[in-house]
Amino acid sequence: MKSNRIPAIMLKEANHILRDPRTLLIVVLMPIVQLIMFGYAMNMEIRNLRMAVFDYSHTPTSRELVNDFSASGKFQVSYPNLPEDSINQLFFSRKYEAVLLIPKGFAEELNRLKKTDVQLLIDASDPNAATLIRSYCTSVIGRYNQLEKYSPIDVRTNILYNPDMRSAYFFVPGLIAMILVMVSALLTSIAITREKELGTLEQILVSPIRSHEIVIGKVLPYIILALLDALFILTVGMTLFGVPFRGSFPLFLGFTLLYVLAALSLGLLVSTVAQTQQVAMMMALTMTMLPTIMLSGFIFPIASMPKLLQLFTYIVPAKYYLQIIRGIMLKGNNLTQLLQPMLALIIMTVVMLAVAVKRFSLRLK
Amino acid sequence: MPDNSKSLMIQTTDLTKRFGRFTAVDKLNLSIEKGEIFGFLGANGAGKTTAIRMLCGLLKPTSGTAVVADCDITHQSEQLKTRIGYMSQRFALYEDLTVKENVLFYSGIYQVETSRALSVAEELLSEMGIDLGSKALTSSLPLGFKQRLALTCSLLHDPRLLFLDEPTSGVDPQARRAFWNVINRLAEKGKTVIVTTHFMDEAEYCHRVVIMQEGKAIALGEPAVLKNEHSVPNMQQLFLKLVS
Repeated sequence: MKSNRIPAIMLKEANHILRDPRTLLIVVLMPIVQLIMFGYAMNMEIRNLRMAVFDYSHTPTSRELVNDFSASGKFQVSYPNLPEDSINQLFFSRKYEAVLLIPKGFAEELNRLKKTDVQLLIDASDPNAATLIRSYCTSVIGRYNQLEKYSPIDVRTNILYNPDMRSAYFFVPGLIAMILVMVSALLTSIAITREKELGTLEQILVSPIRSHEIVIGKVLPYIILALLDALFILTVGMTLFGVPFRGSFPLFLGFTLLYVLAALSLGLLVSTVAQTQQVAMMMALTMTMLPTIMLSGFIFPIASMPKLLQLFTYIVPAKYYLQIIRGIMLKGNNLTQLLQPMLALIIMTVVMLAVAVKRFSLRLK
Repeated sequence: MPDNSKSLMIQTTDLTKRFGRFTAVDKLNLSIEKGEIFGFLGANGAGKTTAIRMLCGLLKPTSGTAVVADCDITHQSEQLKTRIGYMSQRFALYEDLTVKENVLFYSGIYQVETSRALSVAEELLSEMGIDLGSKALTSSLPLGFKQRLALTCSLLHDPRLLFLDEPTSGVDPQARRAFWNVINRLAEKGKTVIVTTHFMDEAEYCHRVVIMQEGKAIALGEPAVLKNEHSVPNMQQLFLKLVS
């Protein structure tokens, strides 16, 4: 028997998508807004940090150190000429982010012992900024030591795959992961619960259709939509932020399809539980957006999480997809290097899909 | 007992549906003949919709059996579904599709040839003045048009049995009248039509009715006979007398 039920459902679904401005808003506008927000607001670099210097040494050696700070381009150095006990006031008034104290015996001790101390005070009311400031300072002092041959061990760091530590390199793959899971899970779960609400699902179920025909027909248009969206974000990310693409493009497409399938299964699962669009939306958002932002390694490194949360990350599909696309885009990984996350995604998809289809066919009765 | 199973469209035996501890339909026994217009009457929550959903194969009975269009509803629901048409009380149409797109969608899931589906739709819709080629979305149609379109969509595959769940709710009296004319014509063509309604005046149009209360059939027969038995002038009075 020739089946033209699946194309009929697909066509109808495509019409729903094209006629609903909300869908297009989610698919087109959301990625753009997020790319701009993450691209320009979440910059992991800070320039023109204001640093106050209290130089009690007053020697060419100490001035050289201070010069190194301003020459690094990160710091705007000034000498406030105030008593030392007013440092708190400097921080309270938010005039400086860091204070460098060079003690009186600095040059003399350095000459004699090849070793001395300076004090660095950092305003850590913004801990992220403080961490950055600290690492900038360490690198300035490290370079100073190296040049003046004070340091016994010469550390030369070589930063691979993202030598300029450009934040775009990590958030563009992250955004692809997040938008895809949202589009796939959110839109499919809404598309199915909407039919429950309108009573049209009942009308379809009273026809001789099979549950897999409904599922495939409804889900296929969203797969295409999600893949197009992935390409859209990738293109914008590459042109706007110069993100590299070192690996194989077909590999990227294949893995993206796998990830979309995982997300769609999640959406289907949600739609078998939720009876209304609102419930489906809430469930899909909390199950996708939060874990993808917080627990996938998108922004916060998984290694820095408490052990319990680390366990949770194993069931976040985006964790594996991020390993995969960061690998493909930034490192040029090939298939054999990505088998582990691929296997994890396949297992998750199969389990969720099996449960969803089982629950979905139960609804027929 | 005479063998009349050949002319029966529906036969139920102690058909029962329970949701948890609530019994929605309680041991329903009905025999409905081919070509009948049969009405399920009762207040909201009396079990009409649940009974119809079981007969359509949408719900599995808790106990009891039913044979509908020569199919066992529990074991042959797949086959059953090709033989019946169903129109739910909410006119399950896609409001963001045009009239034609709705028709094409339902012809697709019933695997009806497009040209045939369109000619069936043309015939059923033209008398209402609904244009199949119109670009207007279904959401912009008046309720009477939507009702007619929903009916059309449930008839595309030429079912021998048609279930109409509250088909006239919310529709103005004139459209209701016109709708019943269509139902009569369908019955004349040999289709069996099952209707649920809580409009007692509509019960007069049915060949036979069952009146349900709390899941049980409390009266069954031709409207004229039932009115006579209880010596009441109309179905409204009959209903009030039986329920109180």
